[in-house]
Amino acid sequence: MCARCRRAGRRRAGASRCGVAILAAIELRGLTRRYGERVALADVTLSLATGQTLAVLGPNGAGKTTLLRLLATLLRPHGGVVEVLGHPLPKENWAVRGRIGLLGHEPLLYRELSARENLALHGALHGVTGTRRSEELLAAVAMERRADEPLRTLSRGMVQRVAVARTLLHDPALLLLDEPRANLDPAASELVEPLIGRASGRTRVIVSHDPAGVLAEADLVLGLVRGRVALLAGAAELDAAALTELYR
Amino acid sequence: MSAPGAAVAPRTHVVLAALLRKELRVELRSFEAVPAMSLFSVTTFVLFHFALSRNTLSGDLASGVLWVTLLFAAMLGINRLFVADAEQGGFDGFLLSPADRSALLYAKALTLLAYLVVLELVAVPAFALLLLGPALWPALPGLLVVLALGDLGVVVIGTLVGALAVRTSVRDLLGPMISLPLLVPVLLCAARASSPVLAATRAGPLPLRWLVTLALYDLVFGLITFAVFDFLLED
Repeated sequence: MCARCRRAGRRRAGASRCGVAILAAIELRGLTRRYGERVALADVTLSLATGQTLAVLGPNGAGKTTLLRLLATLLRPHGGVVEVLGHPLPKENWAVRGRIGLLGHEPLLYRELSARENLALHGALHGVTGTRRSEELLAAVAMERRADEPLRTLSRGMVQRVAVARTLLHDPALLLLDEPRANLDPAASELVEPLIGRASGRTRVIVSHDPAGVLAEADLVLGLVRGRVALLAGAAELDAAALTELYR
Repeated sequence: MSAPGAAVAPRTHVVLAALLRKELRVELRSFEAVPAMSLFSVTTFVLFHFALSRNTLSGDLASGVLWVTLLFAAMLGINRLFVADAEQGGFDGFLLSPADRSALLYAKALTLLAYLVVLELVAVPAFALLLLGPALWPALPGLLVVLALGDLGVVVIGTLVGALAVRTSVRDLLGPMISLPLLVPVLLCAARASSPVLAATRAGPLPLRWLVTLALYDLVFGLITFAVFDFLLED
């Protein structure tokens, strides 16, 4: 991936100025999704190259979580073309499942199970054998000491740290992060930074309400308002004031 | 560590074992389904005891009371079967994985079967103690055959309806509304089949016609559940 083009936030994968071939991790053309009569997403078109970070902003109900769930194969598009990791969805959902890590509002963990038991379950679902990977991740999120306690006895921040470990357990190529630092204190945010931050080196889609943070993290910024694209530009071309405008 | 993106499809039996471990742990720690089912059945037998003003039952009446109680108690388990998955994101966690979808069907069916077996370990002795006129022991072998086939019917229909209802906002209403009509043939066949073995005179032979009908009904709904379960999980 060409770093210069990444900074410039080229909209189309493969549009590298220096001619370096870039594989699109996400390709959306006219993506539309409805809930009954209500249009949640309308005509969303963008391309995100492998290794890049897309930040999605917008007021509540703008369609941000719907977009993440569509990319995660949990929802079906009602119109347009969706390609994730080179596979058209929903036709080839099977090919991308197991290659996506979703960290959303829900931790996707059972409250009655401990962190170790939850990770063992998700490891089995993803074909991750042994406990080495889960122990590494529990240590990385500093949860190894409380890893045998049922999650219902842990704070929300601790559960979120376990959810980070769950998201990364199967070493996904694409991270879909919906306000990933919600519930985390500054120390915990710093702890998970190497795992889900830019340093992770993975392709990421991040939903956030923090304009300054988005500009520091993203290559490409998508602003949604009432399900429609209100802004699509490289992070280098934007400032925080332009992103704040989305919420007015 | 492998390179990012290297997805490995797990073996179905490994996924099934992991899901069963999860089901067992969640139930043993929350006690949400089986105690409620067992308590419901015992309470219902006590109420029948007073409502019918009879100390003992036999034949058709005994069979009907037993099976109606078991089916309503089973409804509690069916309604709870997928709740932890729906409320705590287990469905999404499963769908995001490359695991074989049928592993979830097998795990849920086996879990519901285990609920029913535990229920019957409590309910049948309680029924014998509180209501049944004839001795239970001579009737037990025949009754076990009918219970096994009846449980199979409840399991396949319960798993199908549970998966269908849980993703709706009216699951507590929808579950019984769909499953009770579907369970009427199970109730009919099971009650008719167990009636002779609970007769007052002596345990009679099992009526093969009702057993075969029940087995065929189980088979048909087993196939339907297997065929549509994947579609019920998806959006």
